[in-house]
Amino acid sequence: MATTTMTMAKALNEGLRRAMEKNPKVLLMGEDIGRLGGVFRITDGLQKDFGEDRVIDSPLAESAIVGTAVGLAIRGYRAVCEIQFDGFVYPAFDQIVSQVAKLHKRSDGAYIMGMVIRIPFQGGIGAIEHHSESPEPYFAQTAGLRVVSCSTPNDAYWMIQQSIEHDDPIIFCEPKSRYWEKGEVDLETPPAGLFDALVRREGTDVTLIGYGASMKTCLRAAETAQAEGTSIEVIDARSIAPLDIELMAKSVEKTGRVVVVQESPHTASVGSEIVSELTQRCFYSLRAPGLRVSGYHVPYPPTRIEEDYRPTVDRILDAVDRVMGFES
Amino acid sequence: MIDEELVQLLTPEGERVESSDYESTLNGDEIFGLYRDMVIVRRLCNESTSLQRQGQLALWAPIQGQEAAQIGAGRALTPGDFTFPTYREHGIAWCRGVPPADMLRLFRAVSNGGWDPQKYRHSVPTVVLGSQCLHAVGYAMGIQRDGAEEASMAFFGDGASSQGDVMEAFVWAASFNAPVVFFCQNNQWGISTPSSVQSKIPLYHRAHGFGFPGVRVDGNDVLAVYEVTKRALESARVGGGPTLIEAYTYRIGAHTTSDDPTRYRIDAEVEVWKHRDPVERVKALLAREYKVKNADFDAVNQEADTMALQLREDVLAMSRPDPITMFDNAYAAPHPLIEEGRREMIDLGISGGAL
Repeated sequence: MATTTMTMAKALNEGLRRAMEKNPKVLLMGEDIGRLGGVFRITDGLQKDFGEDRVIDSPLAESAIVGTAVGLAIRGYRAVCEIQFDGFVYPAFDQIVSQVAKLHKRSDGAYIMGMVIRIPFQGGIGAIEHHSESPEPYFAQTAGLRVVSCSTPNDAYWMIQQSIEHDDPIIFCEPKSRYWEKGEVDLETPPAGLFDALVRREGTDVTLIGYGASMKTCLRAAETAQAEGTSIEVIDARSIAPLDIELMAKSVEKTGRVVVVQESPHTASVGSEIVSELTQRCFYSLRAPGLRVSGYHVPYPPTRIEEDYRPTVDRILDAVDRVMGFES
Repeated sequence: MIDEELVQLLTPEGERVESSDYESTLNGDEIFGLYRDMVIVRRLCNESTSLQRQGQLALWAPIQGQEAAQIGAGRALTPGDFTFPTYREHGIAWCRGVPPADMLRLFRAVSNGGWDPQKYRHSVPTVVLGSQCLHAVGYAMGIQRDGAEEASMAFFGDGASSQGDVMEAFVWAASFNAPVVFFCQNNQWGISTPSSVQSKIPLYHRAHGFGFPGVRVDGNDVLAVYEVTKRALESARVGGGPTLIEAYTYRIGAHTTSDDPTRYRIDAEVEVWKHRDPVERVKALLAREYKVKNADFDAVNQEADTMALQLREDVLAMSRPDPITMFDNAYAAPHPLIEEGRREMIDLGISGGAL
């Protein structure tokens, strides 16, 4: 097994490079992604190697980044759009939900809308407003789109390539606070399919589900709980839409308890959907109501206090205690 | 219509106009062809309005008054070009070869599109106006990367000209020198909003601010529209970059069959524009200069009537789709929620469709 250690940022960079080598129709578009290599350096060096026609420094206009990707898709190209920060995706919202998501249907299948819209999301980097949001529920709700998120360098390397190869449009959520953390990357074999969830840690008492930056917090919580005698199974959802609900249900049938962790507010969230689906499928196995640990229902706070907004190990363990202490 | 910068080759009376910048390159047969196109799409439009009034269409967006703008532009295109329309481009669709009945599938509410856009190189209708201009620019960027001598063309109106996506499309087209032509039909009204509310300057002037040429053409003069569009497309195909064409015209009919224009505009204005009819002026030219006989004009009317009869028959034959088809092409690849929905519909006995 050819494995190597790299950061998630580097893994994404290598994944993009490999996808561009494989398919000459793959183009990258975004603000400051060429000469600068992107504000997070995810596309570092790619314009030098693939040229300005394939790594396009775009004007500052998100709707146009996505809207022109639609035209390129119609012409047979496959664009990977970088949205610089989560909070900047909304100017492109109309193109994403009205055009990208619907044109395959509107054209009776004549248009293949394969494209990847990369969004560095979630908080934890001490940024100013609009740089720490979790917009994934908006997109998960839109038929025609698929939404995925990586949490490790290995997933980043493989999922970006799998997303580029996929024929449906993919909203690719990257946990920006984990960009610089290192991990093992297997350069030969993907860890799973693009829409598969993965068990990150096995356990017997509670199923803890998360994605993106929350995964690391979930694993820490599981470790702490273990010391206190509670065995937590940690599942990385990876695909937010569609959900790999089968794998989650299998776990909940075993543990009888579920807690979902996310940074977005919980109203109409991914966690709401997971809990609802699991309640429906595992009703007789559940020993406590499913809980969500989420961001609060407020605009993302000034980041001096963001760690009291984002799910923490303590808040997760509090939810674990609640499901463990539930008497029916 | 006093505007010295307006390109016009034919007056409303059908008299030729000398232009320093453009001259008509078309012979009598070709002009007769444009006349035929305009008569047919006008007939198509009137038949569709009737079908809507008779309850056979959910809605119709008429083009009466804009036939020259659409046929002039549509016939300037070559098969390799690709067009991005709104829901009011029936004349363009006709020129691209889209079967008339397919144009009505959207309005009969049996489809969200209606035709194979790759086959006719004419995209499906855009309802959220402005978006299609960015698609045209992206497509043009693809043409550049393929090194092809082709162009894309975006259609929009004076109303959509206020959309941010149109501005972004102008910026991108200019920055990348994209082979795209922006064709704005200024029909004076965005439903009830006059074009003076959309822009305080002539719309074609906007192009200069973005760094590419803008031209205003008499949108009711098919010869002028043809020449102006042809030159813009030729320029785009060989690396000359984008052009904005403002076809100055008028929407004689309602915005759609749900609209009542008597609430916001006066009859006198409509009457003025009726005297600038795009079809009549070409007919006058053909009769005078090319000695086209009444029998030839009658034959075109006959052909239009035959088309309309066929259209009516085709539309009435469009039945309610099997509900299970709503799951088709929602995604390109298998999706668990699509399978779940299909199964539920079959279990409920709503559809006889097989998985």
